[in-house]
Amino acid sequence: MTTPALEIVGLNKHFGGLPATKDVSLRVMPGERRLIIGPNGAGKTTMFNLVTGDLRPDSGSVKLFGQELSGMSTQARVHLGLARTYQILTLFPRETLIHNVVLALLGLEALRWNPWAFLTGYRHIYADAQKALAQVGLADGAERVVGETSYGERRRLELAMALAQKPKLLMLDEPLAGLSLEERQTVRELLDKIPRDVTIVMIEHDMDTALSFAERITVLHYGEVIVEGTRTEVVADPRTREIYLGD
Amino acid sequence: MQGQFWIIQTLNSVAFGGLLFMLSSGFSLIFGLMRIPNLAHGGFFMLGAYLGYSLLIRGVNFWVAALLGGLAVGLLGVVIERFIIHPSNRILLAIGSFLDAVIFRPLGLRAFSGAWRGMIARFRGLAGNEQGQVLMTLGVSFIVADVCLLIWTGDPMTLPAPPALRRPLFIGGYSFPTYRLVVLGVALVAAACLYLLMERTRLGAMIRAGVDDREMARGCGIPVSRLFTIVFLLGATLAGIGGVLGGPILNAYPGLDTDMLPLALIVVILGGAGSLLGAFVGSFVVGFLYNFGIALVPDLAYFVLFLPMVLVLMFLPQGLFGRVQL
Amino acid sequence: MTRGSVIAVLLATVVFMAVPWIVPGNFYINMASQVLIYALFALSLNLMLGYGGMVSLGHAAYLGVAGYTCILLVTAGYNQLTAAVVAVLFSTAFAGVFGVLSLRAPGLGFIMITLAIGQIVWGIAYRANALTGGDNGMSFPARPMPFGFDIQDAKNFYYFTLIVFAIAFFFLWRFSHSPFGASLKGTKEQPRRMRMLGHNVWLIQLLTFVMAGFWASIASVLYVYYNLFLSPHALALQQSAEILLMAILGGATSLTGPIVGALIITLIKNVISTYVERWNSLLGVIFVVVIIFMPYGLVPGCKQLWKRLQSRGKNSAPARTSSEPTE
Repeated sequence: MTTPALEIVGLNKHFGGLPATKDVSLRVMPGERRLIIGPNGAGKTTMFNLVTGDLRPDSGSVKLFGQELSGMSTQARVHLGLARTYQILTLFPRETLIHNVVLALLGLEALRWNPWAFLTGYRHIYADAQKALAQVGLADGAERVVGETSYGERRRLELAMALAQKPKLLMLDEPLAGLSLEERQTVRELLDKIPRDVTIVMIEHDMDTALSFAERITVLHYGEVIVEGTRTEVVADPRTREIYLGD
Repeated sequence: MQGQFWIIQTLNSVAFGGLLFMLSSGFSLIFGLMRIPNLAHGGFFMLGAYLGYSLLIRGVNFWVAALLGGLAVGLLGVVIERFIIHPSNRILLAIGSFLDAVIFRPLGLRAFSGAWRGMIARFRGLAGNEQGQVLMTLGVSFIVADVCLLIWTGDPMTLPAPPALRRPLFIGGYSFPTYRLVVLGVALVAAACLYLLMERTRLGAMIRAGVDDREMARGCGIPVSRLFTIVFLLGATLAGIGGVLGGPILNAYPGLDTDMLPLALIVVILGGAGSLLGAFVGSFVVGFLYNFGIALVPDLAYFVLFLPMVLVLMFLPQGLFGRVQL
Repeated sequence: MTRGSVIAVLLATVVFMAVPWIVPGNFYINMASQVLIYALFALSLNLMLGYGGMVSLGHAAYLGVAGYTCILLVTAGYNQLTAAVVAVLFSTAFAGVFGVLSLRAPGLGFIMITLAIGQIVWGIAYRANALTGGDNGMSFPARPMPFGFDIQDAKNFYYFTLIVFAIAFFFLWRFSHSPFGASLKGTKEQPRRMRMLGHNVWLIQLLTFVMAGFWASIASVLYVYYNLFLSPHALALQQSAEILLMAILGGATSLTGPIVGALIITLIKNVISTYVERWNSLLGVIFVVVIIFMPYGLVPGCKQLWKRLQSRGKNSAPARTSSEPTE
C-alpha cells in the first residue's frame, strides 16, 4: 500500500466554545484531485489552516507523505513540499508580479539569507519566476505592479506563486472565487495542466467546474465529515442533498 | 533595628505598589481596549503631582487637591483622546467650518480654506493607524513634560502630606509611616471601586466586551468610540490622582514621567494587558522588587526588574493574567 | 544602477568631501560629524522600521551598552582597537537578547517592550554608580589613532566619521537590494504569506534586529569618540525618540530619508537650543505634525511632488490633485 499524500486523523479545533473542526479524518492519495465542499462555516478553511500550521489543533494528527507535521512551523511544512493559495488574496500589492513569484521561489532557497548579493543578479530565479508566470498566462507584463492588475490576474498570480514552488501537495482555497465565467474556464484549464505528481486538495463553491475536476469529494458540515466518496457517490448521497437543499 | 528596616521597606513597597496600581490600571485598560500603549501616561502622573503641588501651596485641602488634580488631568486626557488620538469627524468638521466661516472666508483666503479642509481630511486618515497613534502619545508626552518644566521649573517640589498623617504610628515598639499606610488604603479602595465598576455595572460589562473583542462589541451595538473616551478619562484621572498622592513620597521633578512610565510598562508586561487583576498583582510585584532593589542592591535596582520581565516574556507572553496579546 | 543615481552618488560624495571647506569654522564641521553619527543611528533603526515595520523606542540602549563598554575597557588600559571591537561585539550580542525579548510581542506590544528595555538600560547606567559613574557620567580618555592617523581635530575627525559612515552606507545599500532585504520587506507587508512561502519570519526579524544593533553599536562608538564623554542622559527615551523621528521625518522607506532626517533634526536642535530652551516641546510638536501630515516622510513625499510637477508640466491642463477631500 502506498503512503497517502495527506493523512488527517481525528483533527479537533475549538474557538472559544465553538467547535470549528470535529474529529475530522481523511486520506488523500498521491496524485489525487480532492474536492472539499460544504456550506459556509463548515470548517473548510479552518482545516486548511490546521494542515498548514497557521492554527494549532487541539488534538489529532496531520501527516504529509507519512511525516507527522504536528508541532512543526508553517515554513518547515512548506519546505516538505506543501503549498497553498488563499481565498482572500494575500499578495504583495506594491511589488511587481514577478517579484511576488520571486519571493515565493526565495522561500525555498538558502540564498534568501544573503544580505550582500544583488537579488537581481540571480538570473535563474527570475527565469523560473517568468516560467511560473507563463504557466498561468501572465508572461506578458510581469513587471507591472500588482495593485494595477485585474482581479482575475491576481487570482492567477496566487496560483503562480504556489506552483512556482513545485509542491508535492497543493492546497487551493477557492481558486475560482470572484472570477468571470471566461476566467474560470482559463483557470480550470490551467489546473488541468498541472502534472499528476502534484496532489491537489481544493475548496470550491463552483460545483460545475469543481465536480468535473475532482475524483473524490469530501463534504464537511459543522466541522464534521458527513460524506466522502467518488463524484457519483457523493452526488447521489441523500445526506449531501439534505445539507445543500433541505434544512 | 533590623525589624524596623523590614517594616519600613515593606510599607514603602506596598505604598509604591499602590501608586503603581493607580498609574498602570488605567494604562492597562486603555491598552486592552484600544490596543495602543498610551506613552503619555507617565506625563499624566507627573502633571498630577505638579498640579497637586500648586493647589496645596495655595492652601487647598490635600484630598480636594488630589481630586481636582486628578480631574484636571482626566479632562486633558479626554482632550488628547478626542482631538489627537481619535479625532471624531463631527468635532473636526465643526472646528473646520467655524474657522472657515469666521476667519478664512471673510478675509478672502480661499486657498487657506481649501488647505484647511485638506488638513482635516489628513487628520481623519490617522484613524486605524495605531502605530501613528502611539507615536502621537509620545509626542504629547514630550510636550506635557516641557510645559511642566516651563511652569514649575527644574527644581524638585516636595508636596506636603496632610498634617494629620505626618506623624508615624507607634505600635509594639515599632514606628509605621502613617501616610504610606493611607496611600495603600486609597489604592485598595480605588482597586475595589474599579473591580465593582468592571464586574458589576453595565459600563464595565461593555468595557470587558470591548477588551475581549472590539469588533464583536461594535457589532453588538456597544458605542466603542465613547468607551474609548470614558476609559481614557478614567485612566488619566487615576494617573493624575496617583501623581498627587505620590507627591509627598516621590516629589514632583522633571523626569518623574520617564521614571514612572517604564514601571507601568513592566507592570503590564508582567500582569498582562487589559486585566485589572494583572495590573493589581503586577503593581505590587514591581513595587516590592523596585523598592527592595533600591534598598538592598541600589546599583542593580533596574536589573532586578529586568529578570522577572524576561521570565514572563519567555514563558508567559500574555502575562500572568493577560486578556489580550501584547 | 541608472545614470541618474551614479551622478547622484558622485555629487553626494563631492559634497560630503567638501563640507570642511564649505562650512565656516570648526563648530559647523563638528556639527557635520554629529549629523553623520546620527544618520548612522537613524539608518540602523530604519533597517527595522522602514524595511521590517518594527518600531523600536529603545535604540539608545546600544549607546549605553557599546558606549560604556568601550569607555570602561579603554579606561582599564586595553588598547583602543580591542576596546572598540569588544564593545561592538558585546553590544551586538545584547541586540540578540533584546530582539528575542521584543519579538515575543507582535505589533504595538513590541514598542512597549523596546521602550521598557531601553529604560532599564538607562536605569542601570543611572544607578550603577560604581560602574558608570551614575549621573556624573564618564569621560573617555582620548580618541584613537586609526592607522597612525590623528583624528583629534575637527576636520580629521569628520573625515574619519565620513569613512566609517560611507562603509556602513555601502553595506546598507547592498542590503536593501539583497535577497534578505527583499524577504524582510515581504515580512513587513504579509508576514503570514511569507511563512506560507517557506520564510522563517521570526528569524528574519531577529537577524534584522541584530544587524540594526550592530550598526547602532558602531554609531555609539563614534558618538563616544566625538563627545569624549557619556552620561545616562544620552540613553534617555528622548534620544531613542529623536532617532526614530529622524527616520520617520526623512522617510523610512528610503535609504536617503534617514540621512535627511538626521540633518534636519540635528540642525534644528543645535540652532534652537542656542536661542531657547524649549527643544522638548518642539520635538513633541514635530512628532505630531510629521505623523499627521507626512507619515511617509520628506524624501518619498518630495519625490511624489516632483513627479506630480513633471506630469503637470507635460499636460498643460492642471490635473486635480488627489489630496483634496472628495466630499
